[in-house]
Amino acid sequence: MKDVGSMIPNQYKITTSNVNVDYGSKRALHDINLQIEEKEVTALIGPSGCGKSTFIRCLNRMNDLIEGCKVEGKIMIDDVDINSSDTDIVELRARIGMVFQKPNPFPKSIYDNVAYGPRIHGIAKSNEDLDNIVMKSLKRAGLWNEVEDRLDASGLSLSGGQQQRLCIARAIAVNPDILLMDEPCSALDPIATAVIEELINELKERYTIVIVTHSMQQAARLSEKTAYFHLGKMIEYDVTSNIFTNPKHEMTEAYISGRIG
Amino acid sequence: MTDNFIETRLRKRYSAEKRFKIYSVSALILALLILATLISSIAISSIPAFTQINIGIDIKMNDDQILQFEEDPENVSWRSLQKKSFYSMFPDVETRKDKKELNKLLSTGAYIEIKKFYLDNPNKLSDNNIIYVPASDDVDLLIKDIIDRDLPQDMRTISDNQISYLDKLISNNRIKKTLSWRLFSNSDSREPELAGLKGGIVGTLLTMFVTLIISFPIGVLAAIYLEEIAPKNKFTDIIEVNINNLAAVPSIVYGLLGLAVFLNYMNMPRSAPLVGGIVLALMTLPVIIIATRAAMASIPPSIREAAYGVGASQMQVIVHHVFPLALPGILTGTIIGIARAAGETAPLLMIGMMAFIVDVPSKITDKATVLPAQIYMWANNPERSFEYLTSAAILILLVILIMMNLLAILLRKKYERRW
Repeated sequence: MKDVGSMIPNQYKITTSNVNVDYGSKRALHDINLQIEEKEVTALIGPSGCGKSTFIRCLNRMNDLIEGCKVEGKIMIDDVDINSSDTDIVELRARIGMVFQKPNPFPKSIYDNVAYGPRIHGIAKSNEDLDNIVMKSLKRAGLWNEVEDRLDASGLSLSGGQQQRLCIARAIAVNPDILLMDEPCSALDPIATAVIEELINELKERYTIVIVTHSMQQAARLSEKTAYFHLGKMIEYDVTSNIFTNPKHEMTEAYISGRIG
Repeated sequence: MTDNFIETRLRKRYSAEKRFKIYSVSALILALLILATLISSIAISSIPAFTQINIGIDIKMNDDQILQFEEDPENVSWRSLQKKSFYSMFPDVETRKDKKELNKLLSTGAYIEIKKFYLDNPNKLSDNNIIYVPASDDVDLLIKDIIDRDLPQDMRTISDNQISYLDKLISNNRIKKTLSWRLFSNSDSREPELAGLKGGIVGTLLTMFVTLIISFPIGVLAAIYLEEIAPKNKFTDIIEVNINNLAAVPSIVYGLLGLAVFLNYMNMPRSAPLVGGIVLALMTLPVIIIATRAAMASIPPSIREAAYGVGASQMQVIVHHVFPLALPGILTGTIIGIARAAGETAPLLMIGMMAFIVDVPSKITDKATVLPAQIYMWANNPERSFEYLTSAAILILLVILIMMNLLAILLRKKYERRW
């Protein structure tokens, strides 16, 4: 597969074509075609229930866990179809980190939270190696200075914003190249949100980031490209500044000017 | 007008709330009263069973007996040593009939205490010893004032002569009240003053061990499959309904199953903790499955998502996260299920564990009985002392069950996590 990919160079990290998602008999996503560039932040915006979370969960096949959810269409990541039957989901999810809406650290120590991924994938070769990975991940997530002296404390003892950064550290500890963020700041206060946003700006140098957000300002501040979803359809996808200053579609304009949503 | 309306409505609502509170508090008080009556009536009627009356006999072995003892303690005629020593304390009792009556003051197992004394104290073989032996159950009840000595002779189980012998013993300071440790060190007997619960307690422990070993792993694995792995379809729905129904099946049905399958078809030993344990395990399985599923379902989905999100496989999600987090709930359900099984008699009736068994079982294939079965049999015995022994046995069973439930609560408190 890799050889074929290198023969037909594709500049996009993620390409989806005609992705349809059904929950039982209800269609949640209609024909989504999207190209996501490497090492950029792509924001997905839209009113509640528009399917943006469903879409982001297609990218690491988290929808497989939902009973009665069916995903059709092609999702190519690095020119490999992730929906094909010979894709190893475990390996896929290790390559694509995910951060959820509500901070969800494991009820374990801070160290074990970050070390969990490397442990199950056998990434660390020794204990010192593992210590290094944990330290590096926590540093990248901007949490190291706050927790370096209490790595044995429970992950649940941290504040909400710290917990979310711990979840980011946990996601990047397995060395992914894509980070999916499903409204990572919606449960946080403005100060914690600002810290996470700053962090996302740093992380995009290394990772391709897809972020779902309710806040249009956040999309405008963070992303290079923005996609607007409405009722399961992708209405518009463009460079962020175009979406916010010069939307082509009237529904996009209605949403960003606050008339719907 | 409207002010008035609001005020009346407010007053009405307050009084309705007050009434509701009174109803629920009185329901609680009623329930507690019933429980307190039950437990205190059992506790009060068990009091006589926890003490035991002993009679002191002056014993001195003669040279022959000492020789016999040194050869082999079994050679000594302990019964005649007991009788002769006891008769010599009453020189004026001469006729055969009176001697027989006198000897009836002592338990039929009294000689065993004498033998035990000499085995424990071989250096006192030639001394004058006062050895305390259990009194018979009638003496026990008389001294505890349960048998009224003012009743006419033909209305009590102890004769005037015997009472006069007893009075002599009392004035000679040969009556001693002790705690009845034999309740825990003796096994069952037809004689109330010798009967103990050791057989039942050990039988219960062995049976519960078998039950736990079988029902815990099977129940937990079945629950993991049903809750985490199985697809949701008609077939699993049917299984689920059936498991819920099995939890409500009358327990004697499991006994019938045990009789038909394990005893008659598979020829397993009758009255054995092995079969009792298997039958009770079948009975406990649905309880454990339901408790385990409930405990795993209460683990927030965010933990599963987090684990799947970093690339854990389904097995890793279950083994590393869901199962450890659900364990307190699983253990609680298991202990409560086992405690319920420990109080069962009906299924054991069918497989012959409701039997008079004197030996203490030492392995799971020995013949044995369990505590509730022993309580049932004691309650059926005609001797009056068994009435108090039954209450004592119920109290001991209750204490064991309460301790198991307490353990369940402590485990839950200790490992409970909040999200």
